Amino acid sequence: MKTRITLAALAFAAAMPVLMSGVFAADQTSHASKVPSGPHPITQDIPADPMGREVTDDIKKARNYADQPPLIPHAIRDYQVDLNINKCLTCHDRKNTEGSQAPMISVTHFQDRDGQTLGTVSPRRYFCTQCHVPQTDAKPIVGSSFRDIDSVLKEGAK
Amino acid sequence: MISCLLNLAARCWRVFARPSVHFSLGFLTLGGFLAGVLFWGGFNTALEVTNKEAFCISCHEMKNNPYEELKQTIHFTNRSGVRATCPDCHVPHDWTHKIGRKMQASKEVWGKIFGTIDTREKFLDKRLELATHEWDRLKANNSLECRNCHSAESMDITRQNPRAAKMHETYLFTGERTCIDCHKGIAHRLPDMNGVQPGWTGTVSAK
Repeated sequence: MKTRITLAALAFAAAMPVLMSGVFAADQTSHASKVPSGPHPITQDIPADPMGREVTDDIKKARNYADQPPLIPHAIRDYQVDLNINKCLTCHDRKNTEGSQAPMISVTHFQDRDGQTLGTVSPRRYFCTQCHVPQTDAKPIVGSSFRDIDSVLKEGAK
Repeated sequence: MISCLLNLAARCWRVFARPSVHFSLGFLTLGGFLAGVLFWGGFNTALEVTNKEAFCISCHEMKNNPYEELKQTIHFTNRSGVRATCPDCHVPHDWTHKIGRKMQASKEVWGKIFGTIDTREKFLDKRLELATHEWDRLKANNSLECRNCHSAESMDITRQNPRAAKMHETYLFTGERTCIDCHKGIAHRLPDMNGVQPGWTGTVSAK
């Protein structure tokens, strides 16, 4: 009897991923016609979607919340960011913005983690793509129920 | 000593100026012509062989460092499959300047023999100096090797994104800057750029 219960528990645990992914897949049917990670046998090869094209139209995207790191609206292929040079800062650093007319990195980048003001970019802010990323036109494979603060407030006022 | 040398020179001149005894005029003329063709053809063929990428990367210094880095960039791999090889950017295409550059390159043979950059570490240590040579050369010839493919006349800025179009209008079309001022490190990794201003900062030294 004990063995049977253990076996049943094991079988349930094994089936969990399939059951769960079935639930998620049902959630997002409106987003993608083909679900790459849907309930299919693990042995089955699903062809990968074509890679998304980079969005490089130089149009600033609205931020979803005030603290969101702004997205990069241009190509950053082969941008070198290492000990020798930070290619992003050759335009976005304070002293280079006049020539480049690029937005300056925000004042938070000139503070250490205790809020003390520094003269130059803080080392912890040096690697831009840790927070700032370009976008592609790929459709999200998982849905999101995120709403920005304005729509939440509007609903609360009703 | 000097009179001895003068004697020798005079003797040589007499031999040189005397009419031929053994060979006919026709043989000498045609033979000279053929020898000239062979020499000139051979010289240029040998020159062309040294102007191939395969020749450049036959040395491990070039194969493991600049060539490996080039392979990741858009000048090697891109959607249309057009690519630049080493001599496209590093050797002038017209004959006179090519010969000049080839004579300079004899220094590189010296470097090869004495192992100036025969390890990655030595190469990295020397990279700023080597890169500066190339920046100076391209600055002096108004980025000629870039312009062998990229011409300002054929550049349709309506097909560029606004950011690039504005920069080219401001700096390139006015002749205020040349390609290399802004486009450093497009085909290889950059050395320590402390003190090297980007082309658009306005403080770039006009050469």
